[in-house]
Amino acid sequence: MKGPDVETNMQLRRNQQRRYRGRFALLCRPLLLFMLWLGGAVAWAQAPAGNEFDTAVASLPTASYMDKEALAGQIARSGHPQAQALLQGWLDGKLYADASGHIWLEGEGGYVDPASGSAGKVEADDLEKIGTNNRLRKGLKGMLAQFALASPTASARIRAVREMRRELDESAVAALQARLQQETDAAVTNEIELALALAELQAGEPSQRLAAIASLDGDRSAEVYNSLSQMASGDEADADAQVRAAALAAVRSIESWRSFYQGVETLLFGLSLGSVLVLAAIGLAITFGVMGVINMAHGELIMLGAYTAYVMQLLLPNHIGLALLLSIPVAFIVSGLAGVAIERGIVRHLYGRPLETLLATFGLSLVLQQLVRSVFSPLNRSVQTPGFLSGSLQFNDLLSVTWIRLYIVLFMLIVFAALWLTLNKTSLGLKVRAVSQNRRMATAMGIATSRVDAMTFGLGSGIAGIAGVALSQLTNVGPNLGQAYIIDSFMVVVFGGVGNLWGTLIGGMALGVTNKLLEPWVGAVMAKILVLVFIILFIQRRKQGLFPQKGRAAEGH
Amino acid sequence: MTFMERLLAWRNERGAFGFYAVLLATAVLVPLLNLAVPEGSPLHMSTYTVTLVGKYMSYAILAVAVDLIWGYCGILSLGHSAFFALGGYAMGMYLMRQIGTRGVYGNAELPDFMVFLNWSELPWYWQGFDMFWFAAIMVLLAPGLLAYVFGWLAFRSRVTGVYLSIITQALTYALLLAFFRNEMGFGGNNGLTDFKEILGFDLKAPGTRMALFLATALALGVAFAAGRMITGSRLGRVVQAVRDAESRTRFIGYRVESYKLWLFVFSAMLAGVAGALYVPQVGIINPGEFSPINSIEVVIWVAVGGRGTLYGAVLGAVVVNYAKTWFTTVLPDIWLYALGTLFVVVTLFLPQGLVGLISKLKLRRGAA
Repeated sequence: MKGPDVETNMQLRRNQQRRYRGRFALLCRPLLLFMLWLGGAVAWAQAPAGNEFDTAVASLPTASYMDKEALAGQIARSGHPQAQALLQGWLDGKLYADASGHIWLEGEGGYVDPASGSAGKVEADDLEKIGTNNRLRKGLKGMLAQFALASPTASARIRAVREMRRELDESAVAALQARLQQETDAAVTNEIELALALAELQAGEPSQRLAAIASLDGDRSAEVYNSLSQMASGDEADADAQVRAAALAAVRSIESWRSFYQGVETLLFGLSLGSVLVLAAIGLAITFGVMGVINMAHGELIMLGAYTAYVMQLLLPNHIGLALLLSIPVAFIVSGLAGVAIERGIVRHLYGRPLETLLATFGLSLVLQQLVRSVFSPLNRSVQTPGFLSGSLQFNDLLSVTWIRLYIVLFMLIVFAALWLTLNKTSLGLKVRAVSQNRRMATAMGIATSRVDAMTFGLGSGIAGIAGVALSQLTNVGPNLGQAYIIDSFMVVVFGGVGNLWGTLIGGMALGVTNKLLEPWVGAVMAKILVLVFIILFIQRRKQGLFPQKGRAAEGH
Repeated sequence: MTFMERLLAWRNERGAFGFYAVLLATAVLVPLLNLAVPEGSPLHMSTYTVTLVGKYMSYAILAVAVDLIWGYCGILSLGHSAFFALGGYAMGMYLMRQIGTRGVYGNAELPDFMVFLNWSELPWYWQGFDMFWFAAIMVLLAPGLLAYVFGWLAFRSRVTGVYLSIITQALTYALLLAFFRNEMGFGGNNGLTDFKEILGFDLKAPGTRMALFLATALALGVAFAAGRMITGSRLGRVVQAVRDAESRTRFIGYRVESYKLWLFVFSAMLAGVAGALYVPQVGIINPGEFSPINSIEVVIWVAVGGRGTLYGAVLGAVVVNYAKTWFTTVLPDIWLYALGTLFVVVTLFLPQGLVGLISKLKLRRGAA
């Protein structure tokens, strides 16, 4: 075991020297040889503590950045129990030197001597920070990662291996190999093997490099891609033609996967945008689609929902997540009541006069906007995102999606299902459909049509409020929130087919995905313009939308 | 003719007469008060007010255009601000080219914003705009062509009612987004501004201002007369029949879509002229003019004045815009409340607008 390891490492070092012109490597060569000879693959954390630690620490205040890197390596290898704490403190900018050249580490309670850990009396004014630069910080991170390799939790070890993978010098390789011997966790073993294969790419023999490329097959992380594409072409391309070809093939394969996952990502973005559109439009699908009422204040009902979320968070400042969940029913009630008021106050008097309804509700939207400006100020308000909505889901190296995008799709589906069930499985839904299909017949059957009208309008408006809560997590909450969505909402409903919930769902999703598919080609604004133009042309061909209503009910529209 | 019809006809005649009288009085009095009355006198009218009245009159032309298509033909276009803005941009492009080397960058070939964007040459669609006659043709042609293509598509496939309103709104929204883009070559967000002169006359000089005012007054008079001629003609009667019973008119044998298209294109060109007269007076045109809310505001002017009467449209444009000027200077926060309430009140209680209210009051007094 010992022999080949040393050999590999020597070859590695030659390559490293070529690449980094490494002073670091040069400085630690004798030590490394000594260590490898001594214990082969023994991690340095277990090496006996010498006074290397003390000498290195003592020379820190006067050292140049180049020297500091070497000193850091010396400290790391010293095996001193305080080495890790000192390096971590250094990285965090908590390592100081006083006027006499003594080193102090800033701890919880004050300044301590890094070697003994005992507190000392020092004035903060006398201290000068031991500085770091980018290169040094990178080195420190690598060294700390090697300490973390010994961590008891597997996830911490995986993080450490990934950190080390960024900068694979021979000490890192040695540490990884040492860890591989004693590693029991399969996932960590995997990661280490990957890292070692990555290091092997620098091996002296073309056959070894080829083997390394082959063993890296299936890994699509950025480091692998960068190393392989460096080998495949450019200034630092590999000398061996066969290796170059293999690297190129590997790069090609990664690239094709990349474009595949980019496609998947675009699709997911499109679906989440589509969900937003459907959420914004679905209330309109009720008021406009089922009742035939043009409600230009629909956007403002969405806005009311978003502001409800904001107010709920103000009321429950310590329970952001709970406030958001509670604001879903509250927003339904707030916007729903507003909707009922609009129907009773204005829309009721204008049935059968759609253009007048349009104008009156537009006027109302102006009043609501100004009302929000007066009450909440014209500035945007931010609604906080609770912990369970933030962060992202990492599928693999190439694909990660923020949770919020997935939740919005899910939320939209739930709202859609609830609405569908309400319309198709409840007595209110039955009445709504009856009134929309034949008002006079419904009256004759004893349905209180004007009550049903108010309830239907309230239902559509309440759904708009719920959409507002969802939007508060995605965009700024301001007085213009509603305006931004009103035209899109109408487009979705008209495109999908008036009076057809499924049409709204499919229409919204189709528009969202189309928009996102176009975006990389022509830019965000142009994509939107193209979609608008497409809908304008589409309506010319199929006035009734994607899924036209059939039968007598269609004639009313 | 029944009594009501005769009454309506008489009212229309009287309204038109009243309009011409007021327009003539304005066209005579405003220059007199501005130029002949010395500045210290309380009767003196400042050049600012002259420009303001000129602005109202260009809005009135726009209102006439919307009333023709909505009041007489029943097509609620929420895209007329697009035609207005296109006319404005055509005029703005001419004014931009007149700046010449007096821009910030002193570039004789390119407007300032193009120099700023590092463009090396004038885009093809800016060619010819250094000539006034070309710009004047484009003022009519650009909105007219858009209206023709859009109307041809929409009316032929019988898109009507709210659907048409919504897609006209989408049209102006798409244009708004497009003109915001710097790549379009129309000055992006900032639009076109910093104009110096028109036809060789300094735009800031009171004389030029007065000439622009008079030109706008003349244009309004011509637009009104043309509108009356159209609505009084056989074509106008067919158009009104389309408004009241589209299918029936079609069954009688009229090509409804041709009538609609013709009127729509005429109305769009009129809106373009209004925009072209508006731009030199206010000194700027930017993509904000395309915003859908502007279109709806025009509709409310017409509704307030009284749709279906041209003088009502003019009255509405002047009254609402005067109110806007007053509110935005005295009570800026209240303006949107007032405008919004106006929308609701007019549609609920004043379906005939101010004109209807006045005649209703008169009828009541006559009855009493």
